[in-house]
This record gives sequence, C-alpha cells and structure tokens, in this order.
Amino acid sequence: MPVLTIDGRKIETQPGKTIIEAALDNGISIPHFCWHPALSVAGNCRMCLVQVGSQKKNAEGQPETDGDGNPVIAWIPKLQIACATPVTDGMYVDTSGEKTTKATNAVMEFLLINHPLDCPICDEAGQCKLQEYAYRFSKGESRFDELKNHKDKRVQWGPEVMFDGERCISCSRCIRFAEEVAEQPVISFVQRGDHVTIETFEGTQFDSPYSMNVIELCPVGALTSIDFRFKARVWDMSFNDSICPGCSRGCNIQIGVRDNTILRLEPKTNPHVNQYWMCDAGRNTQYAWVNENRISGAWLRKGGTLQQSDWKESYSSFAASLKQFSGKDVMFILSGMATNEDAYLTQKLAAHIKSTNVVFIERNDASFGDTKLRSADRNANSNGMAALGIKSLAPTALASALQGVKAVVVVGDEIIRGNEEIASAVRSLAFVGALSFNHCQTTEAAHAVLATATYAESEGTFTNLNRRVQHFTPAIVTTENMRIMGMKMSRLDKFGAHNDRWTQGDKRDCKQSWRIVQGIANELGAGWLYKSSEDIFNEMALTLPAFKNMSYDMLDTYLGVALDKGHAPEPVGIIYESHTLKPN
Amino acid sequence: MNVTTNTESQRLNFWEKLYLPEIAKGMAATLLTMFKPSMTREYPEERWEPLGSYRGRPVLVMEEEGERCVACGLCSRVCPALAIEVQADETLERDKERFPKLFEINMLRCIYCGFCEEVCPEEAIVMSKDYDIVFHTQEEALFGKDKLLVPVARLQERLEFLRQYK
Ligand code: SF4
Ligand code: SF4
Ligand code: SF4
Ligand code: SF4
Ligand code: FES
Repeated sequence: MPVLTIDGRKIETQPGKTIIEAALDNGISIPHFCWHPALSVAGNCRMCLVQVGSQKKNAEGQPETDGDGNPVIAWIPKLQIACATPVTDGMYVDTSGEKTTKATNAVMEFLLINHPLDCPICDEAGQCKLQEYAYRFSKGESRFDELKNHKDKRVQWGPEVMFDGERCISCSRCIRFAEEVAEQPVISFVQRGDHVTIETFEGTQFDSPYSMNVIELCPVGALTSIDFRFKARVWDMSFNDSICPGCSRGCNIQIGVRDNTILRLEPKTNPHVNQYWMCDAGRNTQYAWVNENRISGAWLRKGGTLQQSDWKESYSSFAASLKQFSGKDVMFILSGMATNEDAYLTQKLAAHIKSTNVVFIERNDASFGDTKLRSADRNANSNGMAALGIKSLAPTALASALQGVKAVVVVGDEIIRGNEEIASAVRSLAFVGALSFNHCQTTEAAHAVLATATYAESEGTFTNLNRRVQHFTPAIVTTENMRIMGMKMSRLDKFGAHNDRWTQGDKRDCKQSWRIVQGIANELGAGWLYKSSEDIFNEMALTLPAFKNMSYDMLDTYLGVALDKGHAPEPVGIIYESHTLKPN
Repeated sequence: MNVTTNTESQRLNFWEKLYLPEIAKGMAATLLTMFKPSMTREYPEERWEPLGSYRGRPVLVMEEEGERCVACGLCSRVCPALAIEVQADETLERDKERFPKLFEINMLRCIYCGFCEEVCPEEAIVMSKDYDIVFHTQEEALFGKDKLLVPVARLQERLEFLRQYK
C-alpha cells in the first residue's frame, strides 16, 4: 500500500488512485472543477495544481534529512494536477503552500477574465463552485481592463437544459456526462482559446432521459433547468432529504421548498442506489401533484354530495360503515407508493376486521424502464409490499376482483384512472372509503374521503427494487407534521410572521395514511397507540424477520439497508458532493 | 448620620415663594416669543425637503424600459427585517432576461436601515425622501411595484449622493 504525505499528513492509500482521490478519502479537499468521481479524468481546468515531490537521497542513496531530522524534499519544478497524477509510495504533496496558492490564484484569475458579472441573475449563485473558490482563492481584483468576450447566452440544448456560453468555464463535465453516463454524445466544444464554447451537433439535441443531471454537475451556472429557471434563489429554499416516488429505483433526492411549495427536486448522492443522478421524468413529474389539486380535511358523503366533517366524526362514520360488512367482503387496496408503515398498519387493520384481502395495484410501464436508473415498475414500494406479504393485482384484474366484494378501502391511490369497467365496479360497491391526496375519479365515487399526506409530507420508508429499505422525512408542513423536529427550514420559514405572504403557503389538513388507519381502527376497538412512523417501524423490526435489527437511525447512517441485512449493513464509503448550498 | 433634606421651603427663596412675580416672568417670555419669527412648520401644507443623504422609504428605480431591478433577491436576503419579497420571472423582450414579477416591501417591517440599497448590485433600490408613510390596514402596508417604482429623474439627488459616498 503506497503511503504518501499530504500537507504533512501521512496517508495510506490503494495503488492506482490519484492524489485527489487519496486526499478525498481522507477528508482533504483539493480545489477542482473538472474532476468528478463518476466521470473520466479530463485534467483541463488546472484548478487542482499541487506541488509534488519526494525525499532527496544523499550520495549513499539514503533518504536525506535536515538538521532537525525532517525529510528534505525534492519538489518537481512544475506543479502537477492532482486529478491525473497517480499516487506513488513516499510521495510528498503540498496543497496549501505558497507556490500552490499562487497557481490556484492564477487559474482563478484566468477563469474570471471573461466570466460575466451574472451572479445576480444566475440560478447557480449561492451554490456555485466558481463563487466559492473566488472567495477562497481569488484576490478579488481583476487586472483585465479590456472588454470581455461575449458568447451566446440562453441556448437551448434540449427540452430541459438551457446553456449560457459566457458562464461556462469549459470544464467538459457535461460533455463527458453525455458521453459516458447518458450515452448520448451530442455535445462538444467548438472554437478555440477564449472563444471556445459548447454546441450540440447539427440536427441533434440533448434530450436524454437523464439530461438534467448536467445542471447539478456543472460547477457553475452555465446549465440551468428550463423548468426551474428563476423560480427562487437557492438560499430562500429549504432542502429536505427524500426518496423519489416515480419508480421502484428509489433515487435519493432533495426537495427544494419555498413557501411550503415544492419548486424543484434534485438528486442526492447515494452510491448504492442512484450514485449522483436521477432521471428527468422523476424530477419534473413528481412534485406538481403535491402542490396542486389537493384534498384537505375529512369529507363524508351526505345526501349525495361530499361534505366536510371533522376527523373524529369521519373516523367513527368510516368505522361504522366497515362494521356493516363481514371481513371477507372488505377489500383493501394500497397504493404502490404507500410507505412500509402505511402498508403494515393497513394490513393490521384488515386483520383486525378479519379481512385477508389486501392488495396493491401493479403499475408497470415497459416503455419507462431502461438499463440505467429508470425501472419499468412504477410503484415506489412494491418490494416493501412483497416483504409484508401483500399481493399485487394487475389493473386488468381489478374490475373482476371488485365484483367479489362489497366494500373497499383505498389507501393513497387512484384506482379508476379513466377505466369505465373499474369505474362501474366501484360505483356498484356498497361502501368506498378513500384515503387520498388528489381529487380524482376514485374520490368522486367514494363515500368517505380522508386527506392523506404525500411522500413529501410524510416520514416513512420505501423498499426499492434492490430490496433496499430507505428512510425519508417530510419536506412540507401540514397541520399534522407541524412539530416534527429536525425538519430543515429555510430562513423565511423560521422568521416569517402570520401576516407575511411568503409564509402563507397552503398548510394542508392531511394526515399520513397510517394515522388515519389507526383512527379508524381505534373506533373499531383496536386501541393502538402509535405516535410516529418510527413507532410502527420499530414494531416491524421486532415482528418481521426481513426488517430485523433495523431502525431509522441505522437507515440514515447507512443510506438505506437491504431487507434481511439489518445485522450487516453495507458501509457507505465517502460521499462526494461537488458543490452544494452552504447552510444559511 | 448622613441625612440630607431638600424641602420646598429650603429650595425657594422668598420671591419665588410668592409665585406672582414668577407668573409675570413667564407671561413676559410668552409675549416676547410672539413677536419673534416663527420656528414651526405648518405641516402638511408646508413640507420639509430632505437632502440627498436622507433615508426615507426605499423605492425602486424606474427607467424608460422598466425597472432596473433584476430580481436577484439580495435586498431580500440582506434585509434584517425580512421586509422584502421578490419573485423573479423571465422575459425575452428586454436585454435583461430576469425581472421582478412581484416586488413587495412590507412597510410595517421596514426599519429604514438602507441595507437593501447598499447591497443592490444594480443600484435599483434606493432610499427616497418620502418620510410620511401612513396606512390604515396591514394590507395597505404592503407596497407593491405600483407604489415602489419611481422614475429615475426624481431620484437623481440620491443617486448622486450614492456615487459620491457609497
Ligand atoms: S456561474 Fe457562478 S460565478 Fe458565474 S455568474 Fe453564475 S453564480 Fe456567478
Ligand atoms: S457547461 Fe458547465 S459542465 Fe459543461 S463545460 Fe461548461 S462549465 Fe463545464
Ligand atoms: S431599508 Fe432596511 S428594513 Fe427597509 S427594506 Fe431596506 S433593508 Fe429592509
Ligand atoms: S438587490 Fe436590487 S436588483 Fe436585486 S432584487 Fe433587490 S432591488 Fe432588485
Ligand atoms: S480538476 Fe484537475 S485539472 Fe480540473
């Protein structure tokens, strides 16, 4: 194992690693723009220049030391780039000495020569690597009096990505991403010198299903999201960790929220699931339905129309309706997006009224699946359901299944989806209870509608297609989760008063499905006392072998743990964050 | 023992104790003042015109093409009272692609510190000379773009002051 010394610190590393990797493994971050652990090494930004050397040998071939016994180091006269220089045994690296600092300064000065003063209108400002390094390494003065080069701004590369030539620092991360990760090599540098810019090849556009990942990958604000552009400054948003519910991959995400409204989703690194990426579909489709068309409160059908009632009354009315049927006549339909906790408790309620008919509807879409992240199984939690022994039901089999029962409880799903056969089967049922977040055909047909929280408002776990149980926390405030401690809040959330409009975003009156299920069960005499999702999960860890030993803390520490692996979770390793918002 | 007494009879001399001469003195002072030039201003008929250095309510600079503001939100970030709300939007019509779709200052929150003016990279928000700001309801205190935008010509004095001293 080669041992090298970085800034006086001895580090043991594996052969074949580069200096920047060895440093990162040991918590030393060397400034860089173009290097990214998931991409090939380009070595073109020169930001990572460091001084490299080895100990001098004296005439007898012995390592030379000075009077105090310190090694005498022979530095290589020219600085080396840390991202492309492999480590060797006995190597000395200096990342903060005078020569290195001078070089870093010079690189920054070069990069800023033609860089526009766009920060005020640049979506990247606040999490920009160039801004960050300009603070850390730059003198703050420009010696460049001449006019800046102008390039095309606002060039659309594809349906999702907008390119600003002036802000680009030519790191080529996007080009390598398109080639190596998205496998759609349609962008390339054109021109030379300070006129260099990036274009898509004639007649092509960058429309890969993963194209939007270049937005976070770009160290600067040259690539922006057409969907998000100018919606908010990053420092005005709160970012809470969650899991994309778009398919069974379970990409780790962060939810950017301002004024209790989701403004964007972005990937969060998880080396075991989605690495650094997520798909554009997830990013663009999994937030609007949280913001819009939401049900608030509890509604009961009285005389043909749904009328708002209070939660307590709804629970007892719901329970009274269920009591009319014998267990075998009641069917429970879970959403494939229901959390493990919701599913577990629904199953328990079913058992309480002696029904064994608990299913979830398959949502398969072969056209969605690919060999990268997207999975044809669009249910975020089908493996969780399977682990709980809940059977799946094909949408085509739903209508006939409904004909065999008298009452149905739908937890968090729209089951009709424009299908007339299912719709008429639903209409002929004696009782339909819907725990729903959106107004939909199911809620139109239901006799009781109780507003449930979406994934963005819940705490819970999903089990992904690799059977990895992943924990997520709420990003949006509801009347229920008001007090969940540890939810990250933005400055505006913290200091807003009731008469500030920017704190007046919808605080919906909805509850997580398991809480509603518990309310109904308790009206049926179950006497459950779960206070949080964690209580339920802890019970699952005790009663279900697949979840044995697991806890929310453990899931957070290991970024998820596979079913049956509660005793031996995989180590996380180093999480690389290229550039993120600093806490404000 | 350390006792001090300070009774009225100890403080006043004989003439003062009589009161009447003192009243006469007071009347005389009033009479004299009546013939001196008046120091009071008949506000609001007569108004004081502050200098360029005065920090009245913050306003947005309006130029011919529209507001200077690019909706960067820095004023909103720096405002210690969280008085400013900015919502940016994109436009293809103007040179500057970004503009404030909504710009609101809650004048009940504003403390006239001038930080917004200091931080603005566009010199788009400046302190004006308006000092008499009244409203009857909380909603009225939310000044939108309609109330905030002031033509640049009327803000020359302040802009000049900023150029010299900022
Ligand atoms: S890329 Fe960074 S430095 Fe350049 S304008 Fe945007 S925020 Fe500023
Ligand atoms: S657009 Fe961004 S990622 Fe691509 S080369 Fe330019 S700076 Fe790098
Ligand atoms: S003057 Fe001060 S308090 Fe008033 S809006 Fe500007 S920054 Fe906020
Ligand atoms: S700081 Fe200036 S440019 Fe930025 S939002 Fe405020 S007024 Fe507009
Ligand atoms: S990070 Fe090494 S040259 Fe860019």
